[in-house]
Amino acid sequence: MTAKMTSPGAPLAMADETAVRQAISSSPRPTPAGSLSAALAFGWRGMLKVKHVPEQLLDVTITPVMFVLMFTYLFGGAIEGSTAKYLDYILPGILVMSVLFTTVYSGVALNTDQTKGVVDRFRSLPIPRSAPLLGSLLGDSVRYLLSGTVIILLGVILGFRPGAGVVGAAAALALVVVFAFGLSWVFTTLGLLLRSPNAVMNAGFMGIFPLTFLSNVFVDPTTLPGPLEAFVKVNPISLLATASRGLMEGDVDGAKIAIVLSVAAALTIVFAPITTRLYRKG
Amino acid sequence: MATPADLAIEAEGLVKSFGETRAVDGVDLIVPRGSVYGVLGPNGAGKTTTIRMLATLTRPDAGHARVLGHDIVQEADAVRAAVSLTGQLASVDEDLTGRENLILLGRLLGLKRPAAKERAAELLEAFGLSAAASKLVKHYSGGMRRRLDIAASIVVTPELMFLDEPTTGLDPRSRNQVWDIIRVLVAEGTTILLCTQYLEEADQLAEGIAVIDNGKVIAEGTPGQLKASVGSSLLHVRLLDPAQRPEAERLLARALAPCGPAAREALAPVTLEADPTALSAPCSDADRGAAALAGLAGAGVGIADFSLGQPSLDEVFLALTGRPAHDVPAEEAGAIDEEQRA
Repeated sequence: MTAKMTSPGAPLAMADETAVRQAISSSPRPTPAGSLSAALAFGWRGMLKVKHVPEQLLDVTITPVMFVLMFTYLFGGAIEGSTAKYLDYILPGILVMSVLFTTVYSGVALNTDQTKGVVDRFRSLPIPRSAPLLGSLLGDSVRYLLSGTVIILLGVILGFRPGAGVVGAAAALALVVVFAFGLSWVFTTLGLLLRSPNAVMNAGFMGIFPLTFLSNVFVDPTTLPGPLEAFVKVNPISLLATASRGLMEGDVDGAKIAIVLSVAAALTIVFAPITTRLYRKG
Repeated sequence: MATPADLAIEAEGLVKSFGETRAVDGVDLIVPRGSVYGVLGPNGAGKTTTIRMLATLTRPDAGHARVLGHDIVQEADAVRAAVSLTGQLASVDEDLTGRENLILLGRLLGLKRPAAKERAAELLEAFGLSAAASKLVKHYSGGMRRRLDIAASIVVTPELMFLDEPTTGLDPRSRNQVWDIIRVLVAEGTTILLCTQYLEEADQLAEGIAVIDNGKVIAEGTPGQLKASVGSSLLHVRLLDPAQRPEAERLLARALAPCGPAAREALAPVTLEADPTALSAPCSDADRGAAALAGLAGAGVGIADFSLGQPSLDEVFLALTGRPAHDVPAEEAGAIDEEQRA
């Protein structure tokens, strides 16, 4: 209830008239922030939310940890003959999956934000219209990075040793985060189109879940029936998983990386302006 | 006569529809600089939508407006640079602390980090929020939230500030604090457009008032003119013994009867209220009210309680439209519901 009184023990501070007068007249007159500094400020806002509610990182880290453990030890022996061999195959895949799942939450968070009064204030500020969106996606990218790092570290603990070492793993992680940044514009568009955070979550996972499973994240597509194999081979998520494996193992396929980056750029070019327009309309 | 340069807001024929509902249906407003201008109306009258159009958050479907000399559609950026908005839902981020909210706004408005921190500390201190600076805003009371909201609006003091129902839901003490802050802001030269449902609030703060109903301005003037157009204040009396009400009714009707030769036989219209001990009658003059009360006491009618009150928004509406203020279930009512659910 907003009408709730000051709780007992809280300071019964009265706004001090002289101090208010002083604060008003001493107001600074800066030039409003440009695109970059405004986006960075919004990114900082995203980080603060993680700081205040660190639990929100749990769902984006625990699920992939469960997937790694379950798939490796439950199916590893059956699929690859040994859990260690399967871990080598699946870890880059789960890295892709877990980070891409996290992108859905960008749309959910944006949808939640829209129901709050603070968005009106942001929209009434003399800053570039795209800054709040760009900033929150920059903040989210840090979360993608965190969630990816957890997966790689867990893999290393379980015995995963990327052929290209730390540099390879970092490059794979970077590629996945860049792709996730592009994909998250799709979900921010959804986040502004749909009515409730739950609707965004459902629609988001309805799309991302089958796309992730119908890829080479978990299994080698050559074992699949023909039409399915054909689909899996052109699925951008397969390309991303293959490119990540390549970077981790040190046998990089430049063409695949180029395609992945082009898809990320295309998603951004199409969906960033749509999101910005929807956001501006309010 | 005010020239355009003296005007903070000049709006003509603003229209905004949501689906079938014409939320704002041709609003004209002229607001001089340096004053508080009240927009008075019930929920759903179109107040919030009008403010949102003037603050460049919503595009009007028709009509045009200039805010501080800038067109709200063509020169929206210039408008945004000179105004700030305190919305009906508190426009602060509940998931951040009070200090973080102010630092964030300072940085967005172009302050470097140390300057933004310093400004935040200064405002928190001035608004009595220093002790709560590190608490998340969602744990703030309604009054603290409002004060933070207003502090957020003056991180860089605007030329024009939109205040949408700044005291709805506040206890009287917090309400008085908000009123004090508004008075200081105006004294320091900020123009304020104040939306409110309370005639008393507009009366306390505003120099001019527009009464808005069904998306249209139905009356305009100073608080005094409005109250005069509504007629007099009401004398409310509560008796000790309900059995004495008929006698009290007779005495009040005579004592508060309209004066003048034409009104010799007239009696004041006394209203018997739902409470069997309560009755009220129009009373424009405090002296005559006192005399009427003395008359009751003299006749042995025991009085439990009395008051001479200003007309309420309901009475203003009754006088202006012939019907009570009604709550339209439009988006504004929806916003209030949301706030109450929160």
